[in-house]
Amino acid sequence: MAAAPHLIHPETLDHKRYFFDKLGLTERLLERCLGEALSAGGEFADLYFEAVTSTSLGMDEGIVKTASQGISVGCGVRVLSGERTGFAYTDDLSAERLLKAARTAALIANGPQVERVQGFVEAKTASLYPVAGMGGDAEIAEKLRLIERANKAARDFDPRIVQVRAGINDELRRILIAASDGTFASDTQPLARFNVFVIAKDEHNTARGTSGGGGRVGLDFFAGDKSPEHFAREAARTAILQLGAIAAPAGEMEVVLGPGWPGVLLHEAVGHGLEADFNRKKTSAFAGLIGQKVASSKVTVVDNGKMPGRRGSLNVDDEGNATQETVLIENGILRGYLSDKLSSRLMGMPNTGSGRRESYQAIPMPRMTNTYMLNGEDEPGDIIKSVKRGLYAVNFGGGQVDITNGKFVFSASEAYLIEDGIVTAPVKGATLVGNGPEALKYVSMVGNDLALDEGIGTCGKAGQSVPVGVGMPTVKLDRMTVGGTGR
Amino acid sequence: MAARIEGKVSVRLLAEEAVERALRAGATDAEAVGFESEEFAAHVRLGQVEQLTESGSHALGLRVFFAAEGGSRTASTSTSDLSPDGIARLVSGAVELAKVTGVDPFAGLPEREAFGSNDVAAQALYFNDVDAIPAAERIEIARRCEAAALGYDARIQNSKGGDFDASSSHRVMVNSRGFAGEYRRSYCGFSASPIAQDATGAMQGDYWYSSARTAQLLGDPEEIGKIAAQRALRRLGARRVPTQKCPVVFAPEIAKSLMGNLLSAADGDSIYRNASMFAGKLGEQVAGENITMIDDGTMVFDHVLADGTTLKVGGFGTSPFDGDGLRTQRTVVIERGVLKELMLNTYTGRKLGMASTHKASRGLAGAPGIGGGNYFLEPGEATPEQIIGDVKNGLYVLQTMGFGVNLVTGDYSQGASGLWIENGELAYPVEEITIAGNLKDMFRNVSGIGNDLEFRGSGAVPTVRIEGMTIAGS
Repeated sequence: MAAAPHLIHPETLDHKRYFFDKLGLTERLLERCLGEALSAGGEFADLYFEAVTSTSLGMDEGIVKTASQGISVGCGVRVLSGERTGFAYTDDLSAERLLKAARTAALIANGPQVERVQGFVEAKTASLYPVAGMGGDAEIAEKLRLIERANKAARDFDPRIVQVRAGINDELRRILIAASDGTFASDTQPLARFNVFVIAKDEHNTARGTSGGGGRVGLDFFAGDKSPEHFAREAARTAILQLGAIAAPAGEMEVVLGPGWPGVLLHEAVGHGLEADFNRKKTSAFAGLIGQKVASSKVTVVDNGKMPGRRGSLNVDDEGNATQETVLIENGILRGYLSDKLSSRLMGMPNTGSGRRESYQAIPMPRMTNTYMLNGEDEPGDIIKSVKRGLYAVNFGGGQVDITNGKFVFSASEAYLIEDGIVTAPVKGATLVGNGPEALKYVSMVGNDLALDEGIGTCGKAGQSVPVGVGMPTVKLDRMTVGGTGR
Repeated sequence: MAARIEGKVSVRLLAEEAVERALRAGATDAEAVGFESEEFAAHVRLGQVEQLTESGSHALGLRVFFAAEGGSRTASTSTSDLSPDGIARLVSGAVELAKVTGVDPFAGLPEREAFGSNDVAAQALYFNDVDAIPAAERIEIARRCEAAALGYDARIQNSKGGDFDASSSHRVMVNSRGFAGEYRRSYCGFSASPIAQDATGAMQGDYWYSSARTAQLLGDPEEIGKIAAQRALRRLGARRVPTQKCPVVFAPEIAKSLMGNLLSAADGDSIYRNASMFAGKLGEQVAGENITMIDDGTMVFDHVLADGTTLKVGGFGTSPFDGDGLRTQRTVVIERGVLKELMLNTYTGRKLGMASTHKASRGLAGAPGIGGGNYFLEPGEATPEQIIGDVKNGLYVLQTMGFGVNLVTGDYSQGASGLWIENGELAYPVEEITIAGNLKDMFRNVSGIGNDLEFRGSGAVPTVRIEGMTIAGS
């Protein structure tokens, strides 16, 4: 193996130092591991080191009942040979164990060594989020103050609020990626999420309300308008509202989706279907549709991993590539897929920096970051006024899609009837169902009030969960099926 | 250090060490869990190996308690770093965190006399043949299963692949009140996920699988591949149906999650929070008289092998003790529609002034939650064909999608696909519709329960028919 030139910047923001200083890695060891990984003829190999510290604090029934902390450290070794992937991981970062994992992953290929390890070239990375909080006891004390404030605000909102749980979960993920093609990248990724759960009860009914938010942010994020009181009142308001909700209607009707989190529609209806792996394998209902009309001409959808502080944002993806803004649908025309190293190589398409993985124990694949629809020209008020009889859905639980036939669902948790252009009674939760390549063709109005969600989304694919963001302006769909029990 | 013998760590010894260190650091009580696992996964697509994963991992979790006026403070930590430094941080982290928590009158380990373990179950969970299957053979099983699906019909030309997975795990739990238990479990399974395409170009995917604790009980790869193909093919040409009220027949795989809501609603944590439609309903009729639902963490099945010998194999939800260290047990939660017992761990039992029903589930981090063992709905007499045959006009559901189940109110609204029933016959596939109702009514309107109870996982529910659901479609 040729000695690699030293192109690792000692002066850049030192995300990598943790791995070199604290965990004892050396450039020489990374090269040895990659050399071992390529020893059976693999074309590409990468090492993904990860160290995560997570903390969870929760107040329940007025008592701080939950305090937990977790530490996870490990390395995943991947070897590519054509369409084949060999993978092994270890939670012991000794040279012996790392080399053993590399040898195990190497066996996906079957022949003499053909590729050599290139000298590492460290790319300059963006700085989309703060690196560390205040740490230690001061940070814990501050978090306790925040959840105590939420607990109080929810209880003060209405005497019918009988149960309150408030909590804050955060983690600091350090990653270092070194690959045989010379890729060398490291990052430190904070992630915080505030959660409030309440139960409201009156003489007839019981209802739940949830709220939460955060992002790749420090605790100062919760000092502004996204305060503990904001999340607490939101949870309490929804629960009280649900006490008086009537049955949701059933059948096809006009549907207006509010701004923000209802963007989960895009995530399910088109986002997953545009991940390159499904299209390379032609298992997606969107396969072969690039350049074709898949939505109304008012619809432009992007995936953007570069938004400062957002839950879905990343300075680099989990393969060491810079994230970017990728146009998925432009004025209704399908423009592109989300790709990682493997799919861009096999499909001859640009790499969009979308390779993500849940942890060092999982193989990367193309994933979304923050996915949203751009603003249109309609006033939200005019959109509501245009509906004779329909549903106005402003908040959702979650969604799901069958990539192959394109059918998707998303479940509304806060919705209202629209009657003769006026928002009237709140309705109970209902699932909305549609067909991905068709649903957005019925978008007839797009508002000018684009908003992103509060920072609560977690996306699951092939058993791997990653944090994501979604968003959109107020949107009217002329036709969608609403799964209630009423008329 | 004694816990490291010739460089190999013993999670049992490390767990004991963590408990001892926590007590020395001032904790009144402590409990540690240790996990070790070995994992193998092969993914084959269109006959070629696409992914091979082979790895092992280990981790430790710790809970500490500090007795205080009127209760205890508690905190927990977990780590995958089992170095001496890692263990030291595990202990100091928990001890430090506990200081900031509040005094909870109900927090604490179970009483000494409550602990127990079911040794019969422990003996029937691990079979070393799962680790012994050569990698080449594992890949070959995945390849054969996928090939059988691809070769079944000309309309199947593509596939999401064939998979083979095997794993074995070791779990340890020790605490300062004298409990120490450990057990090993093995698992292996394979599946095929073919895609069928019709003349219009429309695609439908589906899958089928076989899984077992020992390789001796795995199904035939060709047979499983064929079923996967049939499942994908029967979805081709699916259409929508108009919005209407009608009976819905749930196939066993879907009935399992639907009726599993009976146990989720009996979850002690939701009950004491008033976050369940069954809160305050203990002893009352919450479902039809034909509904009896049992949770049983002790099940061991007798399998007669080809050579006539009998093999005792624990269920997928079987374990010797629960996440609190209490002996697993059989609990009739719903008997003839009456809510007889709740799903309780030690904590929720104390909150409700009741005894635990030994349903604690303990992950690495945090306090134990609620989790059952194996569960099943007592089967009826009718065949699935008879249950479908009695329906003039209705839906046979094969898949549901979404998150539209609210256990606080019982409101149920899910995306669905399946086959339409006309005059008692399966007529054509349907999709892009929803089924909705309220679970409180649905559990009372079960008009048919099949005799087709089969454990393919930890839960099993036969075919179930429910009257009067709302279908939203075109």
